This record gives sequence, structure tokens and C-alpha cells, in this order.
Amino acid sequence: MLILSVSLSFIIQKLILIACIFGGSLGVALYSTWAERKVAAVMQDRRGPNRAGPFGLFQPLADGVKMFMKEEIIPMFSSKFLFILGPCLSMIVALMTSAVVPWGPDMKFRDGSSVPLQVADVNVGILFIFGVLSVGVYGIMLGSWASNNKYSLLSGLRAASQAISYELALGISIIAMVMMTGSLSLREIVDQQTGLNWNVFKQPIAFLIFLVCSFAELNRAPFDLAECESELIGGFHTEYSSMKLGFYLFSEYISMFVTSAIISTLFFGGYHLPGLDSLAPHMPGWAFSLLGVGVLLGKSICFILFFMFIRWTIPRFRYDQLMNLGWKSLIPLALVNMLITGAVILLKSH
Amino acid sequence: MDLYQLAFWILAILTLSFAIGVIMSRNPINSILFLILTFFSISGNYVLMNAQFLAIVNIIVYAGAIMVLFLFVVMLMNLNSDTEPQKNFLIQFAAVISGGALLLILVATLKSTITGLEVSQIDYKQQSNIGLIKELGNTLFTKFVFPFEIASVLFLSAMVGAVVLGKRDQELNVITD
Repeated sequence: MLILSVSLSFIIQKLILIACIFGGSLGVALYSTWAERKVAAVMQDRRGPNRAGPFGLFQPLADGVKMFMKEEIIPMFSSKFLFILGPCLSMIVALMTSAVVPWGPDMKFRDGSSVPLQVADVNVGILFIFGVLSVGVYGIMLGSWASNNKYSLLSGLRAASQAISYELALGISIIAMVMMTGSLSLREIVDQQTGLNWNVFKQPIAFLIFLVCSFAELNRAPFDLAECESELIGGFHTEYSSMKLGFYLFSEYISMFVTSAIISTLFFGGYHLPGLDSLAPHMPGWAFSLLGVGVLLGKSICFILFFMFIRWTIPRFRYDQLMNLGWKSLIPLALVNMLITGAVILLKSH
Repeated sequence: MDLYQLAFWILAILTLSFAIGVIMSRNPINSILFLILTFFSISGNYVLMNAQFLAIVNIIVYAGAIMVLFLFVVMLMNLNSDTEPQKNFLIQFAAVISGGALLLILVATLKSTITGLEVSQIDYKQQSNIGLIKELGNTLFTKFVFPFEIASVLFLSAMVGAVVLGKRDQELNVITD
């Protein structure tokens, strides 16, 4: 049993890594809320938050304090345990995916030891992400049911059916990519993409499907039917107040960051950048690793911004349009893509 | 008792207590949540046997997809003690008999399976790769390719059946309108 024969230094090393990733994700998510408001403001010709600190940079902290200070209300006739479990689950699941993302090249020290910048290099890394994704909808479903509110319940049902529908297309689009790379481990997939050898050029259709589906999985506009204000008041978090509402809203931003990191890892070379490897001999190993982390973060932030631009550009879908797009366009497209990929691999091997 | 055995016992106790929770809880939502936890602890057991692929697929398919649909249906039905159907004694008795018969068959099957296996095959401490995705794929597509394809045809027919039922309902609605 490999997983049980571990030393103390290994545990400490992983704990530090987990703490860094945890803090990093929370930090990026915190400033995503600020960035979202700034992006919205720029696109709508406003100024956005500009009172708390320079450029309104302390606004997320002020928002956090506000959330904590608000009165907490748990509706009567609702299941109290499940009501509290809902936002907690959302938060846990949002943070869990980051465990299998390789954040940078191995950190090499002068004495020859090296530390991998990945919490767990499981050989089914991609499937782990799917597992977490498929469990992710429970937070919303439980919260919405426990609220004992018809708008919440409707929203929970929408979220669940949307997640299940788009998971299929997501899965099939990734199968095409896995067939090409021949590995389910995220580290191996990244290491096959050195230079400009990015998967997005080999599997553009899979990338497109993955991107569209990730909008749906994240419940973000234009697929944010679960919290569609004009029909469902606030959707699944109608009855939530105080920090529980904060958890729901915040977990969405964490998921957005982790999803951006995963898209960069799968399709955009992760921590690889053309020309970056030539720098490796000229600098110490740890600095090169941190540079890799910086590259991955940069790519992720580009995707976060892209998610925001889309939100403020494209109007919300209608529910039947959403289902039609998922079942009648994306899934057949993903299947055809998988078939073509298989045929090309077969022809190449002969 | 080494660390491995400790992990096994913790997981086994967890699995069984969650499974008991499924049938003991009065609220159907709680039953489903217990069932989800049971699937998770079973996945833990798979990981212990170095069958990571099976573990994660168990979570994706059962805990992630099928249980969501269960939860979906139960939430829509709004089951509680007021709407709980009261069955008469005869039906309860018949249910107990048929449930007991099913248990008997399952136990008998399991027993014959276990005695049929060689002990070395379930010796976890051997670093076997049998549960890893490569070996599993090779086995499925060479040794067991026929049953595998038959199973996929079975799933396809179930899907076609669901579509047919859905379509017929729609046509009936059109006629009655």
C-alpha cells in the first residue's frame, strides 16, 4: 500500500503545499469578486468600487466583514442540519479539485532533493475532477431543498438537471483528449505540452465543448438559470443570509479559479510557455518552479477574465434553449469529435 | 494490526453503519444522504484494494449521477409521514418474505464466489495493478469483450425504452388536447 507508507517529512511537505494552495485559491477568489465588479463597471461605463482603499482594493475585505456581521436567519420548518450543510458542501467541493492540479514544475533544491508542486498525482487525475464535479451539485440541491421555499426548490432542480446534462458532453469531450494523450494523469498531460505543443491546437472542438460546459457547471451567465433573479428571486440562496450566503457566492468564485486552472492545464500547456525552458539553467531551481506557477496563474487569470467578459456580454439562456444546446448540439458534437479522434489515431498507428 | 488493517476496519465499520442508516432513517432525504455516504465509503474500500479507477467511477456514476436523480425525484414527491402510504398486514408480510428470499440468494451467491476465488487473488498487500485502468481496459476488451458488448446493448435498449415511453406520453397528450 503506497498511500499508507508515508514519512513525517512527506506529510509536512504536503500540508505546507495544501495550505499554500488553499490560501492562494481563497486569495484569487477574493480578488475575483473585486475584478468582476471592476470589469462590469468598465463594460457599463461606470467606475465600480473605488471608495475602500486605492482603486477600491479593500472592497472584498469590507464585503467579507459585512457578510460576517449580518444577522443570521434560519427559516422555520426547514431541516436545520441540511440547511447548514448545503453551503459547507459547496465550499468543500470547490476547494477539493485543486488537489490534482500540477501547479508548477518540481521544485529542485541545491542538495538534489525535489518537491513536486502537486498535492496528489493520482493516475486517474481527470476522473477525480469529474468525480468532484458530479458531487458538486449536492451543495446547491440540499441547500435549496432545506430552505423550504418553492423558488429555491425550482432552482435546485434546474441546477441538478443542468449539471447532469452538461457533465455528459464534458466527459465525452475529454475522452477524445485522453485518447490522444494516452494518460489520465494531469502531470503527464502537462508534460506532453512543452513549448507550443498545446492540446488546444490538436483538439479545438474538445476545447470549445469543455469551455461551454464549464460555464454550465459553474452556474455562470449565460447559463446561470439556477439563480435567475427575474424568475426565481435569488434561486437556491433566496433564504440564505449572512456568511452562509457568502459561502455560496464565494464558492462560485473559487470554482471559477480552479476551473480556469484546469482549462489551462488540459488545453493550454499548464505551466509551460514557449521559451521558458531555456531559462532553466540560468536560475536556481526553486525560482524556476515559482516562474512556472506564475505562468499557470497568469493563464488562469486570463480565463477568469474571459468568464467575466462573457457574463457581461451575452444574455441569459432560456431553460429549453439550455437543454437543447446541451443534448442536441454539444453531445452529438462531442461524440463526432471522439469518433474522428479515434479514426485518426487508428490511421496513424498503421 | 498494521495501518492497512486499521484503515480497512474503519472503512468497513463506516460502510456498514451508513448502510444501516439508509434503512433506519424515517426521512427519505436522509436515507439518500446515507446511501451517498455508503457509496463514498465503498469507494474508499476500492482505493484500499488499489482499484482507483473503480473507486472514482463508483463516485461519478453512483454518488454523482444516479443519486442526484434519486434526490431529484424524492424532492419532487414531497414524501413525509403524512403522505406515507399505509400498507395492510398481508402486503407487509409478503414484502418481508420476498426481501428475505433475495437476501438468501445474495448471500449464497457471494459465498460461492468467495470460496471459488483463490486466496492470493484478494491478497491486498501484493502491489497488484489489476485495478488500474490499463489492465482493466485490456481485460475488458480481450477476455470479456462479449459480455461487455452485451451489457452495452442492454443499456442502449433501456435508453431506447425510456425514449419510447416519453414519446408515447407526448403523443397521448397531443391527442387528448
